[in-house]
Amino acid sequence: MNQAIPPAALNSLRTGPTERGRFGEFGGRFVAETLMPIVLAVEQAYAEAKKDPKFQEDLAWHLTHYVGRPSPLWFAERLTKRLGGAKVYFKRDELNHTGSHKANNCMGQILLARRMGKTRIIAETGAGQHGVATATMCALFGLPCTVYMGATDVARQAPNVFRMKLLGAEVVPVTSGAGTLKDAMNEAMRDWVANVNDTFYIIGTVAGPHPYPMMVRDFQSVIGEEAKVQMQAAEGRLPDACVACIGGGSNAMGLFHPFLDDTSVRLIGVEAGGHGIETGEHAASLTGGRPGVLHGNRTYLLQDDDGQIIEAHSISAGLDYPGIGPEHSWLHDIGRVEYVSATDNEALDAFQLCTRTEGIIPALEPAHALAYVTKLAPTMDADKIILMNLCGRGDKDVATVAAHMGVTL
Amino acid sequence: MSRIAARFAALKKEGRGALIPFLEAWDPDEATSKALLRGMPGAGADLIEIGMPFTDPMADGPIIQAAARRGLLAGVKVRFILDMVREFRLDDQATPIVLMGYLNPILSYGPQKFCEDAARAGVDGLIIVDLPTEEADLLLPHTAANGIDFIRLVAPTTDDTRMPHVLNGSSGFVYYVSITGITGTRSASSADLAAAIPRIRRVTDLPIAIGFGVRTPAQAAEASRVADAAVVASALIDTLAGNLDADGKAKPGTVEKVLAQVKALADGVRG
Repeated sequence: MNQAIPPAALNSLRTGPTERGRFGEFGGRFVAETLMPIVLAVEQAYAEAKKDPKFQEDLAWHLTHYVGRPSPLWFAERLTKRLGGAKVYFKRDELNHTGSHKANNCMGQILLARRMGKTRIIAETGAGQHGVATATMCALFGLPCTVYMGATDVARQAPNVFRMKLLGAEVVPVTSGAGTLKDAMNEAMRDWVANVNDTFYIIGTVAGPHPYPMMVRDFQSVIGEEAKVQMQAAEGRLPDACVACIGGGSNAMGLFHPFLDDTSVRLIGVEAGGHGIETGEHAASLTGGRPGVLHGNRTYLLQDDDGQIIEAHSISAGLDYPGIGPEHSWLHDIGRVEYVSATDNEALDAFQLCTRTEGIIPALEPAHALAYVTKLAPTMDADKIILMNLCGRGDKDVATVAAHMGVTL
Repeated sequence: MSRIAARFAALKKEGRGALIPFLEAWDPDEATSKALLRGMPGAGADLIEIGMPFTDPMADGPIIQAAARRGLLAGVKVRFILDMVREFRLDDQATPIVLMGYLNPILSYGPQKFCEDAARAGVDGLIIVDLPTEEADLLLPHTAANGIDFIRLVAPTTDDTRMPHVLNGSSGFVYYVSITGITGTRSASSADLAAAIPRIRRVTDLPIAIGFGVRTPAQAAEASRVADAAVVASALIDTLAGNLDADGKAKPGTVEKVLAQVKALADGVRG
């Protein structure tokens, strides 16, 4: 493990984490002893798979022929005109099989689970996008699948619940806490503790104990790698800014990571501002939280003065999480990535704008990213370029949006 | 000699193992948990484990999750729990107190300050569920500096290769999590325990406590015989929870019912 770092990598921001799974002071492996051996086993299995050309070929093949990669890069011309500033490009990860970027990671992890000989899959889900992607891969490979989902989210994401069931997964509603993503993750961890011998836990975001934040980032980095090549083809240069929404932060990490050493590119993560940061009802861990330990890693968390975790709030179930991936916490502290927020209402406006001007119904999650793009683009010159990750499609959200518009379906 | 070491040494002379009952702080209110703590040594507790409520108790089943929720609703804070131990120490200098909880409230309090204040209050040991050996350097310098035992957890998944690593530099006693699972769900078989405990004995001379799934006097007796101590938590919380009124308040007699159960468990351990 003590490989010499090549001189060129010394100034790179892409070499993390350390052997202990740390990005600066963030990350780590804060799990119960019962889970520690399996966490170490996943780390070792992933390290071997990463170096194995057969594993990488198998993953690439499945991403091409099943997930549908590469996803297109789309110049949003009407939106650009409307905003009157920088050119806006969308990385269309909503066109992946299952409708979001989650498929990239699930495909990687299920291939690893098979390699490890695990016979049962569990997952947590917020909006249901990760749950659907996991259930899909389990159907493809014939593995039993249990998805934990907060009871509140089960109610507001009914179409995805039904999709998971159609795919053969068992969906377990979690009633503890506020019944959202955090509680689903607690319950998935409890299942894993009880079934550690045969079960692989497919974590959906760049959080959890090491190696998950690194592994999920690696599987999602295909987004940024493709976008870099596609942007060269379209414009002959790198974008000036990359923008992505952040709950746990997997789509943002996947877009940002390949650009971390390209100092000319601004990287901007958009957290869920809920009813507004000042109201305290939001999911902006970096803006409104402080470092702590939850779900296996040290990171920024929404918490009270006594270290109790505070429930997050967002209209978007996928962003409704009081933590954030540890690599984001580090990138925040060193100032490489800017983190801002967009409120529920701003996201709803952006949702409608995108639908009407580009004919794309986005998920409420990337609608947060778009809400910030609508502020940023007009402040930039027309020869500048913004690349936004459109990481999910909005079919699952139409009922939520209708309710906010006062429309009865 | 620490209180924990002294207590186990004394019990060894008596030729029996220890009973370690558990209570969740402020479950369902301050008065009830203080009365339980005060009453436990008289009912036969040899050591006492106090749960520090956390919003996200990932290793706990529904019973202790609910207890933690009641404690938080009753407004418990980390410093109140240390105050409770300090009060207890006015009358009892001998019974070891072990705090069990999750890392974040301690991090929030400040690891060094927490260990200093806990030692001053009369806390003897800490069990931090989500702080495995790999991350323990975050707390170990402070527990060591303040004479607090950082109790290591060993699980059925801890294999013989890993065991010495987990127990390296450990003190107090070893907590054997006897099932792969969460608290209050199922119990280990006698055969499982008979196989597991010698595995730990080969690596350490410290006393071994068995927790998770120890519910009845007979199970407590067996655990304290096969190992050196039995931790009983969910079964006591079940009794407490069964004596709450519709508003979640303790009914008259709740404390007595729980202490009677502690007494029955202690009788089991004493044979």
